[in-house]
Amino acid sequence: MIGLTRFGAIGLAGIIFAAAGAETGRLPADQLAKAVRTDAISIPTPGELFAAIEKPGKTDWSGQYRGPMPITYRNRAQIALNLGGLIADGFIAVEAKDSQQVKNIGSDIIKLAKALGVSENLLKRGNSINEFAENNEWDTLQEELEATQNEVKSSMQSHNDQDLVILVSLGGWIRGTQVVSGAIARNYDERSAKVLRQPALVKFMQSKINEISPELRSEPLVKDVSEELTGIEKLVSFPADKAPTVDEVRKVNEAVGKVMEKIENKAVAR
Amino acid sequence: MKRRLLIFLSIFVLAARIPARAETDAEVEARKTALDLAGAFSNEGFKIRDGHWCGTVKRNDHTLVAVNLYAGNQYWFSAGATEPARKIAVGVYDETGKKVTTEEYNADEKAAAGFSPTNSGQYFVSIDLVEGEAGSFCLIYSYK
Repeated sequence: MIGLTRFGAIGLAGIIFAAAGAETGRLPADQLAKAVRTDAISIPTPGELFAAIEKPGKTDWSGQYRGPMPITYRNRAQIALNLGGLIADGFIAVEAKDSQQVKNIGSDIIKLAKALGVSENLLKRGNSINEFAENNEWDTLQEELEATQNEVKSSMQSHNDQDLVILVSLGGWIRGTQVVSGAIARNYDERSAKVLRQPALVKFMQSKINEISPELRSEPLVKDVSEELTGIEKLVSFPADKAPTVDEVRKVNEAVGKVMEKIENKAVAR
Repeated sequence: MKRRLLIFLSIFVLAARIPARAETDAEVEARKTALDLAGAFSNEGFKIRDGHWCGTVKRNDHTLVAVNLYAGNQYWFSAGATEPARKIAVGVYDETGKKVTTEEYNADEKAAAGFSPTNSGQYFVSIDLVEGEAGSFCLIYSYK
């Protein structure tokens, strides 16, 4: 049951709680196909994914850290993908409640974003991340990380780099899925494993990549990642009411791990 | 608390800039209404997503927004609308188009639906005009 005890505090009179269980038929497929799908609302943040896995049990978040990332990439697509991954790392550090790690990652996010020439407002975001980390304001940090990611995307759009936006989201999803699938594979739990079912999400990201400019799409790294996504979509297409087995979880982990290696590898992008 | 308010306001200011197209004054107002409503859920530990969707809600027309949710999380979808839309409703459908059971909140130009999915995957949030004429709306969501 989702509580709403604080409604009164903000002066909202006339609350109607209704168990809206009455089914009113199904929406037809053609109507569902026309639904709005956007990067901003249809792609969940890594924080949402981590929140879901956190509930069934204790996750060793600090055990999910990776080594320092080179922040000297030159290829813009690779920077965008790694920025998304780095922001996911920020969410991991927040889950681990590790203020120093949050600050380190915040600093790397700003450095990497600067390489794309994004707005100076990001410097303020970096300062906010440091301040919130020092004060252990973990919930606020989650919101600040998403706001930072959106600041990067907004800046990309204003610099006519809108094609890079989906790569930031994709990088975040891949890194988040790598961490979560790895954690579940090591400590299998059916309830946690159910979070890996996301075929529509992968399909949506694939469709957005298909919309980017032919030049960017033909870059070796983007091409590789796009091709791998087709296989990953199949791997995360479990039946709705069935949790993936530990073997299926491992396969997802291997597939996203392979993509992550390519994203991190400086030799892949030209 | 003050810091939380600052974040809340900065999210509002920033998010108003994110869409590729400029938002109208009515959409900005609708977003403010939706954020007012979502603020109540943040008191319950729900984190407000920075992303949002603004559009027009019309009579006899389901406006559907696709979202991808995780089993185990709890969600609230909050919408605000502006005149001449006077009353709206928010509903949630699963990937097959079947309406899911939600908790509902309705108060004229603002409405919300809350639920905890047992299956991860794609869901559709509907925004419907119940009273009034076509007007701007904005949808945001929160999770914990």
